[in-house]
Amino acid sequence: MQFLIESGDVLLEGFLATLRMLALTVLLALPLGVVLAAMRISPVPSLRWVATGFTELLRNTPLTLVFFLLVFVVPRLGVVVDFQISAVIALTLYTAPFYAEAIRSGVNSVPVGQAEAARSVGLTFSQTARFVIIPQALRSVVPPLINVTIALTKNTSVAGGFLVFELFASSRRLANSYADETIAIFLAVAACYLLVTIPLGRIADRLEKKVAVMR
Amino acid sequence: MTSVLYDVPGPKARRRSLIASIATGLLLAGALAWVIATLAGEGLFDAERWDIFQDPLVWAALGNALLVTLQVAVLASVLAVLVGSVFAVLRLSSLKIVRVPVTVVLEFFRGMPVLLMMFFILILFATSQYWAVVMGLALYNGAIIGEALRSGIVALPKGQREAGLALGLSPLKARLLIEFPQAFRAMTPIIVAQLVVLLKDSSLGYIVGLEELVRRQRTLAEFYGFSQYGFSFFVITLLAFLIVNLTLSWFARRLASRTPGGRGPRRAARAAIGESADTTVIRTAGAGGA
Repeated sequence: MQFLIESGDVLLEGFLATLRMLALTVLLALPLGVVLAAMRISPVPSLRWVATGFTELLRNTPLTLVFFLLVFVVPRLGVVVDFQISAVIALTLYTAPFYAEAIRSGVNSVPVGQAEAARSVGLTFSQTARFVIIPQALRSVVPPLINVTIALTKNTSVAGGFLVFELFASSRRLANSYADETIAIFLAVAACYLLVTIPLGRIADRLEKKVAVMR
Repeated sequence: MTSVLYDVPGPKARRRSLIASIATGLLLAGALAWVIATLAGEGLFDAERWDIFQDPLVWAALGNALLVTLQVAVLASVLAVLVGSVFAVLRLSSLKIVRVPVTVVLEFFRGMPVLLMMFFILILFATSQYWAVVMGLALYNGAIIGEALRSGIVALPKGQREAGLALGLSPLKARLLIEFPQAFRAMTPIIVAQLVVLLKDSSLGYIVGLEELVRRQRTLAEFYGFSQYGFSFFVITLLAFLIVNLTLSWFARRLASRTPGGRGPRRAARAAIGESADTTVIRTAGAGGA
């Protein structure tokens, strides 16, 4: 009985910490992703190069290393911040390029004829983007954005390995104190993650079908 | 790069673009110079922080750990492809008694963090860290590859299966001999891309306590003094991962561009991979990365 009460509290606390981290990261990474995506399709070559370089660098670096840099290496250089903040920064840096790629592929999914038509009517680059491409791209961009967010939800668990208290860390703590209840703890924690990822996946699937029918 | 989004720039636009380029270039150079100056100010490029790398023993220790990382990744990749193939075929089974439980298990594996899986394999089955990491990676990525293969099979023209059945193959044989090989070929770029993700995820072994590259570099840095060598070991490790991963990503992209344009699944695979080299953006795999 004591197990149920105490573990329930710890799990709930961990779950809330995970959700908070998730929300903060989405709020920061999504705008950064939009900026990166805009840079990658912009007419100015140097902007494209910078965005491409940043994307390639971070997509080929394991998240564990990004965390390692921000939690252990950067503080030794004199920049000391709270681990929670380091974790959100690490997740943001890692996720933003994935958001950017999702947005870019959404933009690319708009048929070329649309842009050609807009251009031949005399719209400029920014007008074409604002009135023709982006409104159409937004629709097909949402499902991949949700998929990246699902991946992000799972990635928040890495923070638990870097001194941040969240859902994964809470499962570790519980598994230490209640060695007999390991299976129950595992299922409960997995259920918490599934509670976020499965509904998000369903929404993405449904939206995707809707977009597919319209095309 | 030409684009329909804007005209081929004229002299005026070219000048403006050049100015913008120079401005960002300067800004970037400035930022880079600031970072380098700050790092140099901290003495991070001093010889005493890097002298350790004259010692072949350090390189041997790092090399061994890199081998562990690669070994884990290769072993898990092979298992993940096998697991994925089995999942894909079972999930499309005509028997409800097979299909439903497999679907539930797949959703379960795909929806939770790999790290959680590794950790609980470690304590539930009392295995070594090595096998916990390998099995965690194999099951998680197997579930994702399974979904990709399944969507590959579903996207095949119906005639393929019907022709097989008309020739007198049993339903299972038609699936295994006719549909599966085609789906597998079509989805190869996605599978390779997922294996890049798997390689990156092998570094999660650090958290579970496996002595792979990330943990080894930390152990070494701490042994020789973290405040002195922490930064240099991190840089070397980062470079090692970048070299391996960029090679693999390049290979995945090449494979995708060489996949001949066909109908259905091939095009889907090409689209998914061409847009973004290592996220599986197809809707069945909400993997995204790491």
